[in-house]
Amino acid sequence: MGKIIKVRAQDAEVGAYEKAYLPEITKGIGITLRHVVKNLFGGDEKYTRTVSYPEEKVEYPVRFRGAHRLTPREDGAPRCVACFMCSTACPARCINIVAEESDDPNIEKRPKVFEIDELKCIFCGMCVEACPEDAIRMDTGEHVKPFTNRADAVYGKVDLLSMLGRTEKNGEQPVYRGAHEHRARQAPQHSPEGTLPVQDEQPEDAH
Amino acid sequence: MDNVMCSQADKFLGMVPYDWTMIVIVPVAKILFIIAVIIGLYTPLATLVERKLSAAMQDRIGPNRAYIIKVGGKPLTIFGLFHTMADALKMFTKEWTTPKSADKFLFYLAPVIGLVPALLTFAVIPFGPPIQVCDRVVPLQIASINVGVLFIFAVGSMGVYSAALAGWASNNKMALLGALRASAQSISYEITFGLTLVGLMMVFHTVRLDSMVAQQVDLLHWGVFLQPLALVLFFTAAMAENKRIPFDLPEGESEIVGYFVEYSSMGFGLFMTTEFIEMSAIAFLTTALFFGGYTVPTWVATDHSFAMWNVASELWPAAFFAIQMAAFFFKVTVLWLFQFVVRWALPRFRYDQLMRLGWRIMLPLSLANIAVTAIAILAADGDAAKGTEYVMMTGLVMIGLFVLSLFYSRKPRQSGDSGHGHDHGHDEQQATVAAAHH
Ligand code: SF4
Ligand code: SF4
Repeated sequence: MGKIIKVRAQDAEVGAYEKAYLPEITKGIGITLRHVVKNLFGGDEKYTRTVSYPEEKVEYPVRFRGAHRLTPREDGAPRCVACFMCSTACPARCINIVAEESDDPNIEKRPKVFEIDELKCIFCGMCVEACPEDAIRMDTGEHVKPFTNRADAVYGKVDLLSMLGRTEKNGEQPVYRGAHEHRARQAPQHSPEGTLPVQDEQPEDAH
Repeated sequence: MDNVMCSQADKFLGMVPYDWTMIVIVPVAKILFIIAVIIGLYTPLATLVERKLSAAMQDRIGPNRAYIIKVGGKPLTIFGLFHTMADALKMFTKEWTTPKSADKFLFYLAPVIGLVPALLTFAVIPFGPPIQVCDRVVPLQIASINVGVLFIFAVGSMGVYSAALAGWASNNKMALLGALRASAQSISYEITFGLTLVGLMMVFHTVRLDSMVAQQVDLLHWGVFLQPLALVLFFTAAMAENKRIPFDLPEGESEIVGYFVEYSSMGFGLFMTTEFIEMSAIAFLTTALFFGGYTVPTWVATDHSFAMWNVASELWPAAFFAIQMAAFFFKVTVLWLFQFVVRWALPRFRYDQLMRLGWRIMLPLSLANIAVTAIAILAADGDAAKGTEYVMMTGLVMIGLFVLSLFYSRKPRQSGDSGHGHDHGHDEQQATVAAAHH
């Protein structure tokens, strides 16, 4: 026969009152009934915290970025210059861009097709980081809409452009900080003394 | 009723040799009424209550989306009422699969065997006061048979065949486990179920339910006051018979799924319907036995007691009748809802706890209840008023005894377990682990 190790089960502290079942059962039923009454007739004192989703919505926290959108220029065209930075940065490989030549002589290219497959996207935000033009942003504060068809999950140029960021939704004018804006801002600083800093020309191996 | 109509009816009935009214028409009408109330009202309502009320207990909203029509562009959901219909429709339209190795005949028979006894229970329960139609007195009880309560025991215990056969015919070991549990549980609690009512039979000197109800006209003569312990034991045993939480071990959804694991579609639906019908049966029976059935007690100021509200002469008889019917169904509904509350308030028993509760606590207590009641009745020596007092007093004593017995039954064997290593399995307080021999 094996060695017997006795293990005494640790009971919760029960006194005569608990052991008599009935009072405790009554108490339990009382608690249940209190929940029923409050939940059914309690008005604001309900225990229920359920939100009936499509009718009622919980506001997302402000730091929730949400789905992507393409930001527009003043004329409504996408700011995107089809540089493929975002699609290169994308770890999920879910951005599909087809470039075409732009009409604007100041802009080289523009996207003919710009698609994000929201089923593949992991919402990491790399594309936003990568974009030099501030053309893609995750500031809608909305999640991707439910879909019943895989094709619906691929957001095209029109879908992405139609979404608004939080700033627009709040009625404010958005400020874009793309390469264009940087160039424009730096332009008046090109005075004679405004030459590039000397440090930049130092040899790299100077330690 | 209109006299002209009565005489016309008599004339017509006079042409047939037997009194077909009493033999066929009236019983069929009563059966239809009961079936309509049970299957048409309480059972669908049970599915709704099971969803909505339990939702309220668990701080949820519950189903509220199903609708058939839109009113003013908004779907008309009526608190999820249509989910009941959707549930029924789903049950009927789903595929009924039968396991290849099942015993087909018994497999199909088992749910029906469960349903029939559950419905038969209602045959002997009076659901309203006797009414006078023309010159006939029609008792509102389908069959006023001599054996009364005994009939309910006889029929009710048939229910266990349903679970046993379902488990066996499925040819599935989980189902068989469930069936074994169901059989053991039902048989264990059947005894208490029957014995608790012996006290009631002795107090009322009858086993007929209609006469029991008629004797409970005085509020203090309600079964709940004469036999409080019996009520607790009876209700517990009845719920255990019905295999609902906290006694749902035969179903054990989280572990073995139970004796109906192989049933799909309406086969499973029938088991569920049976469960709900049995809930109403328990409510009906408890109302009739312990809560005065259809009687409405009123305070009689002159002799400072409760008495049957006998205002038939003062009030329009139909209104009096309606009030009594309403009283009956009010009591039934409260007890019926109580079972749902118990279900969601209490955790499950473990199987050994279940068996211990049944055999070590409830059975001895029901026997003690009989003994004490008998002594009280003997002591009163035929004096009815005194007898009531004695019996009521003993009822209170019994409740105290009940509480005490629960207290002492917790640790059945404390001494003697050292040195008897092979005995340890009996006591769940001591978990023993056999490790390597040294
Ligand atoms: S968020 Fe991440 S995964 Fe999604 S498109 Fe941008 S880079 Fe790709
Ligand atoms: S990185 Fe920005 S500009 Fe470049 S392709 Fe993507 S969205 Fe367009």
